[in-house]
Amino acid sequence: MVIAAIAQSSISANAEIDATDLMTKELNDRLRGLMLSGVKRVNVRNVYGQRYIGTRLYTPERLKMEIEVYGTPGNDLAAFLYGHKITVHGNAQDGVGNTMDAGEVIVKGRAGDVLGFSMRGGEIYVRDGCGYRTALHMKEYEGKRPVLMVGGRAQDFLGEYMAGGIVIVLDLEDQTHEANFIGTGMHGGVIYLRGSVEQSQVGDQVEISPADDVDMAVLDQHVSRFEERFPELEMDREEILSSPFVRLTSKSKRPYSNLYAY
Amino acid sequence: MRSFVFPEFQIIRDEEKCGQCRACERQCAFGVHTYDPVADRLVSDESKCAGCQRCAIFCPKGAIVVRPSPSFYRPNASWSREKIEDLKRQAETGGVLLSGCGCDKPFRIYWDHIVLNASQVTNPSIDPLREPMELRTFLGAKPDLMDISAEDGDVQIKTELSPNLVVETPILFSAMSYGAISYNAFRSLATAACKSKTYFNTGEGGLPREMRDEFGKCAIVQVASGRFGIDAEYLNCAQAVEIKVGQGAKPGIGGHLPGEKVSASVAETRMIPAGTDAISPAPHHDIYSIEDLSMLITALKEATNYEKPISVKIAAVHNFAAIATGIVHAGADIIAIDGLRGGTGAAPKAIRDNVGIPTELAISSLDRRLRDEGIRNRCSIIAAGGIRCSADVIKAIALGADAVYIGSAALIAMGCTLCQKCYTGKCNWGICTQDPRLSGRVNVEIASQRLSNLITAWSHEIREMLGGMGINALESLRGNRDHLRGVGLYEWELDVLGIKGAGE
Amino acid sequence: MPRIRRSRRELYNKEICACSIFGAMNRDGERFSGAGVMKAIANMRVRGNGLGGGFAAYGIYPQFKDYYAFHLMFTGKSPQAKLEAKMELEDFLSSRFDVVSDEEIPHDEAVKLRDPPLVWRYFLLPKEGGDDSGLVRSEEDYIVDQIMAVNARIENAYVFSSGKNMGCFKGVGYPEEVGEYFMLDRMYRAHTWTVHGRFPTNTKAWWGGAHPFSLLDTTIVHNGEVSSYGTNRWYLEMYGYACTLQTDTEVIAYAADLLMRRQKLPIEIVAKILAPPIWNAIDRLPEKERKLLTTLRMVYGPLLMNGPFAVIIGTTGRMIGLTDRIRLRPITAATRGEMFYISSEEASIRLISHQLDRVWTPDGGEPVVAELNSMRKVLL
Repeated sequence: MVIAAIAQSSISANAEIDATDLMTKELNDRLRGLMLSGVKRVNVRNVYGQRYIGTRLYTPERLKMEIEVYGTPGNDLAAFLYGHKITVHGNAQDGVGNTMDAGEVIVKGRAGDVLGFSMRGGEIYVRDGCGYRTALHMKEYEGKRPVLMVGGRAQDFLGEYMAGGIVIVLDLEDQTHEANFIGTGMHGGVIYLRGSVEQSQVGDQVEISPADDVDMAVLDQHVSRFEERFPELEMDREEILSSPFVRLTSKSKRPYSNLYAY
Repeated sequence: MRSFVFPEFQIIRDEEKCGQCRACERQCAFGVHTYDPVADRLVSDESKCAGCQRCAIFCPKGAIVVRPSPSFYRPNASWSREKIEDLKRQAETGGVLLSGCGCDKPFRIYWDHIVLNASQVTNPSIDPLREPMELRTFLGAKPDLMDISAEDGDVQIKTELSPNLVVETPILFSAMSYGAISYNAFRSLATAACKSKTYFNTGEGGLPREMRDEFGKCAIVQVASGRFGIDAEYLNCAQAVEIKVGQGAKPGIGGHLPGEKVSASVAETRMIPAGTDAISPAPHHDIYSIEDLSMLITALKEATNYEKPISVKIAAVHNFAAIATGIVHAGADIIAIDGLRGGTGAAPKAIRDNVGIPTELAISSLDRRLRDEGIRNRCSIIAAGGIRCSADVIKAIALGADAVYIGSAALIAMGCTLCQKCYTGKCNWGICTQDPRLSGRVNVEIASQRLSNLITAWSHEIREMLGGMGINALESLRGNRDHLRGVGLYEWELDVLGIKGAGE
Repeated sequence: MPRIRRSRRELYNKEICACSIFGAMNRDGERFSGAGVMKAIANMRVRGNGLGGGFAAYGIYPQFKDYYAFHLMFTGKSPQAKLEAKMELEDFLSSRFDVVSDEEIPHDEAVKLRDPPLVWRYFLLPKEGGDDSGLVRSEEDYIVDQIMAVNARIENAYVFSSGKNMGCFKGVGYPEEVGEYFMLDRMYRAHTWTVHGRFPTNTKAWWGGAHPFSLLDTTIVHNGEVSSYGTNRWYLEMYGYACTLQTDTEVIAYAADLLMRRQKLPIEIVAKILAPPIWNAIDRLPEKERKLLTTLRMVYGPLLMNGPFAVIIGTTGRMIGLTDRIRLRPITAATRGEMFYISSEEASIRLISHQLDRVWTPDGGEPVVAELNSMRKVLL
């Protein structure tokens, strides 16, 4: 496990960490050490299940680092992320972007359950599909609006309790959305799905509408960014944007106001 | 003979607030309030007051307070005021003391000594507002094991299945007969049952013909010892047939509907002459032993083409678990057990208050007994008698019941205040009376809405509590005593209930 | 099967555990050592707390493949107590079974585990005329009854594995430590391995409480908590299963035995009983399917496994992964050539097989079934 030394002036070569046999804590120790010593970009190789990569990188001075992860990072990748950029060359597991505040996560593969849980800022791009309970309780406030994009499909409970932010699920392989319980408890934010869903698949207070011009402008912007990050997909942006999209939003801010007797 | 007994209730009228509108006079069928035109004030005869609170609630000025009159006998732990005055009444009349509603004596209420579990950390609690929380229940016999063949993905069920009732919430309306309650109250129960996708029980008074088409689909009809109103159409229009062997309020004795309450319409439905007393004998006179019951059950199955589950309702008494086992072997699909606190329109007070055992203990011992015999899935258990809130329902299910019947709770939803004077036929709330002037006070639309509201509210509370325990389907709570603990109970009580003490 | 009569108030303690599970099968039936799965489960060390681990291995006793391999653990405070339990057990066996070979299950003295019991294996068959009860039952039901009798009645003796040509190895320690203790990387080759690492919340962990739980050749490794345990247990006890091992996983093992072995229901149906779909979904299905699923829920409601769970059920020739119906626990399945993997986390699979052909996370309640190719040929 040798950390290649970097001359401070060199910005073209990335630092290297070989994560073989490293426990989670050791790996994250080294990442932080590199960041504090001024490194801006690092490759981490042979990752098998180490957790919380990117979490230990908060500094009041807002130092930023770009991390390229090779292998399969463990749970809670980019949890509480504070502005860094992480690219995963492989699949990710559960909890990606847990309570993420700012920064960018790119997964060249699929992600697991609880993706973007309580996400409050930044962007996550997942090339393939994701699991259950995606974007649970995602939030936004004034200018700070998180974005989550998934190239494949999501499983059940997408957007549960969503309170803000934008989620876009592209289903690029045209397999149709089979998730149920989409948006149960949703009271803010917006979900865009390429294709369609039945009313029976979404929560009671979720409204399904076809995407209008305003929506398409938003989608255009984000689909472009998605395409930039996954050139290997060789997406036909025009074709994708011309296919039908639906927008899911909450009918009311207080969906449960009639529930209680006082 | 002069009565030596004090009035039970005291009426305090605030003369400054009272506007002499005479609403109280109109509302009270007992004739308590009368207007004295000379003095231009309302005069109240406390000795007639039943304490039903109708006048107090309907007084537009809130000028009336009706409260139990204080007792001024020397305090005596053994000779309570009630015991003294009941005795005096019997000395004055030589009669059996009657009462309505259920046992009001301070026997231990086990519901209030059982606490529920909640999940934390090791098992997530489930939020019923977001995730599915299923209360659907099937009442009836289930086969022991199923014979299923699966060839090339084509699955065939070979086992023949018994008919089951499907109910979307485990709360059903208990048996209250038309005759004991008014037509409007009866119809309100039927309406609410259909609306809330549950069932009502016709009680032994039959089901009026005009109601069969609309309400048969949510009805459980009863075959009681008086066999009132029973014909093949009656049996077949409903979804289940219940043989009433006993009820919790008056185990072992029959029923007696006084002639005053047998109006023309009641008579037509029950098929007896108007104005006669409707007597339900103590036993079914064709059931003197268990094999006779088996015969009746089979007869009813024949009469309904084996399409409806047959239920048997018994009172919870000392050896009832053994009786219940026999009843299951006799072919019953559902057993309804009615405990000590079960209500009634009329019963001798001595029987109402002293005969029977608490429902909570009954459910637990019945569930255990049937399991020990290996026959628990041949019937469903419906528990009745003193279910007051949604927590009681959950506890009943965790102790082993499949569903509950609510009687008093349903009446209270419609306005009843448990004044226990149902047998007089003068129910000011219009519920337990045949006097058209009174029964018109129950508006079917409003009363049925109140009942549906009750079911909705309780069902939601049940979902919340289930979710708190980390369970999202009611079938995972049935008999799951793990989720209960006892507080302030003796060890034998914990043993009978089959639960641990809190902290154990 | 005989009814179990319980004491009035069951003061049993149900241990709760959260954990990690892993399974690997070579569908061609080629046998491999336990080294790979030990490495995989060690990778998920953080999911356990070192208080329990275990393995199930299929195909490890080819020279005794027609005999039931009983694995026994004899607990007890002193070596004397353990030997007494062993004698009592062997007395019980001698009248009912022909034991063709028996020995202590070898372990590595250099590996120190906490309070190890005496662990012994017996290869046996029921004795002709050994059953004098007069009951009519199949050989397998007879064996299960004897196992229930041993576990309930002989103090300090527990049968923890009882299938043919397969065996469970478990104890208190991290799973990779238990694997080293029993030398699973050196002494055994199996075509199917399932593994479990435990995180019990009751600190008084005991060897019998580790997973897998097994009955004949059905084994279960389980991650999660069965909140319907009380209900499941009441129902299973009606069918003669004694739930003595103080862990909720037991009910899954017995339910699998009841539904799969005794009732011969196909795994797709069994999955729909243990983890049925929601009523909303059932009501929207075509009539035939709706009727079937409604009937299953109506009849087998008490076997619904509520609460979060991910299990791997092992039987001879089959490895089945299943989660609860709203997928509260993670499960990842993957294939690479003839190898089939099921794991709590993908990283552990990648560690021992960097390349994978297919990786997916099954839906809640949908079983993932890996089968030996030879089994399918036999069924055809």
